[in-house]
Amino acid sequence: MRLLHAIRALRGIITRELYRFVHQRERFVSALVRPLVWLFIFAAGFRSTLGVAIIPPYETYILYEVYITPGLLGMIQLFNGMQSSLSMVYDREMGSMRTLLVSPLPRWFLLLGKLSAGTLVSVLQAYTFLLVAWFYEVQAPPAGYAALLPAVVLSGLMLGALGLLLSSFIKQLENFAGVMNFVIFPMFFLSTALYPLWKIQESSELLYTLAQYNPFSQAVELIRFALYGQFNLYACLYTLAALVLFLIAAIIGYNPSKGMMQRKGGAQ
Amino acid sequence: MNAFDAPALSVQRLSYAYGPKLALDAVSFSVNPGECTILLGPNGAGKTTLFALITRLYESRDGLIEIGGFDLKQQSCKALARLGVVFQQPTLDLDLNVEQNLHYHASLHGLSSREAHLRIGEELERQDMFERRHEKVRQLNGGHRRRVEIARALLHRPDVLLLDEPTVGLDVPSRRAIVDYVHRLATEQDIAVLWASHLIDEVHDTDHLIVLHRGKIRAQGTVSQILEAAGSNGIGAAFQLLTREEQ
Repeated sequence: MRLLHAIRALRGIITRELYRFVHQRERFVSALVRPLVWLFIFAAGFRSTLGVAIIPPYETYILYEVYITPGLLGMIQLFNGMQSSLSMVYDREMGSMRTLLVSPLPRWFLLLGKLSAGTLVSVLQAYTFLLVAWFYEVQAPPAGYAALLPAVVLSGLMLGALGLLLSSFIKQLENFAGVMNFVIFPMFFLSTALYPLWKIQESSELLYTLAQYNPFSQAVELIRFALYGQFNLYACLYTLAALVLFLIAAIIGYNPSKGMMQRKGGAQ
Repeated sequence: MNAFDAPALSVQRLSYAYGPKLALDAVSFSVNPGECTILLGPNGAGKTTLFALITRLYESRDGLIEIGGFDLKQQSCKALARLGVVFQQPTLDLDLNVEQNLHYHASLHGLSSREAHLRIGEELERQDMFERRHEKVRQLNGGHRRRVEIARALLHRPDVLLLDEPTVGLDVPSRRAIVDYVHRLATEQDIAVLWASHLIDEVHDTDHLIVLHRGKIRAQGTVSQILEAAGSNGIGAAFQLLTREEQ
């Protein structure tokens, strides 16, 4: 693979994703409305019932809106990862995925390119959400916004890789709804996005353990700490490990001789 | 064998099974530059599986596929760089315009923006689509979308052009225009064309034919050779005869 060829291909994949992002305005609006509903309505409603003690990285008592903002950033990226995966299943059914896969580039590179493009879109969505939240007076220290960038890139890649992996397993679009119910909702609710771990532990030791090992929890904690200018090494390594694992599994899934593509037979 | 004296596309003893069901059984053929080969077969003959293998969407352990002299398994990137494909299903991005779709493809083949711009202009001019380059694909009719897909498949100047039933769903004039255009392409640009079809009226007298049925090649050669072998005076009758016994 020539470097120049790889750079041009990557630029092409990213440009296409950005065009699609611009053209599909409803996708952008819905990606933004979903977390805003949680922030404006859900968080406001639960403000008085869910008290949050002082836990790192916070140094004082915080409003519930402030607590769930990193979780909602994670939610944006989780949905974006799944949306990309949905669009890959759609592309595969409709055929446009084939034009990508028959390109004269290694398949791992094409998948990585697709993943990077999806992550870029999710990062743009995350910062747009933060801008709206800022006007709603959910404000982090200015340096936090810069420190957040590598964190949302890593978490976006990890959640996108999970979507990629799922898309290699899902045979048809109809099966996707089930995966949304079995992946997105458990991942989101069994995490630190809406409530801290100690709160979950108070209710159930099992749920606490599951939430602790949920890679989405670690992605949210990585984002939470970064937004306050702090680095959570454990969350970073955990998210990185999950990214590597999901990505390798997705590449195997898309390998024409070893993976799931082979077994789908007639559907292709 | 080096890349220069090899046939543009060579398939040797290729087999493929979906579980216990054999979809292709020791299929062998080759397509030379400037040659238009029609792969004729009824539905379920194995045409789509064969195309999925040649485009490396599937990989088979049995058999060999070479494109431009490069082994698809061992040198997949070099082989795929010499292949242009028009899939049966539409593969254009409906929300992007014609030019954006073509630029995307050009970038995947490593063309620079300047080079891509020039070639996109040339290919669209050739198909009378240049004026419509800024239109969204969604606004084009089926025939025009197919023309864009053919232009796209030719952007990187492939040695082999693969078309999987590209005229399905098109009206008669659009079908005729595409059939004639692709035949001209083969001779004028020395491209090896492999065209899968089940429509015998898409065959020209100068074409090579491969009759595929139930995963096996029943006959291959020039039109006259096929007619002679089948003892028939029309392609339609010959095709029926060659695919009849197990139907």
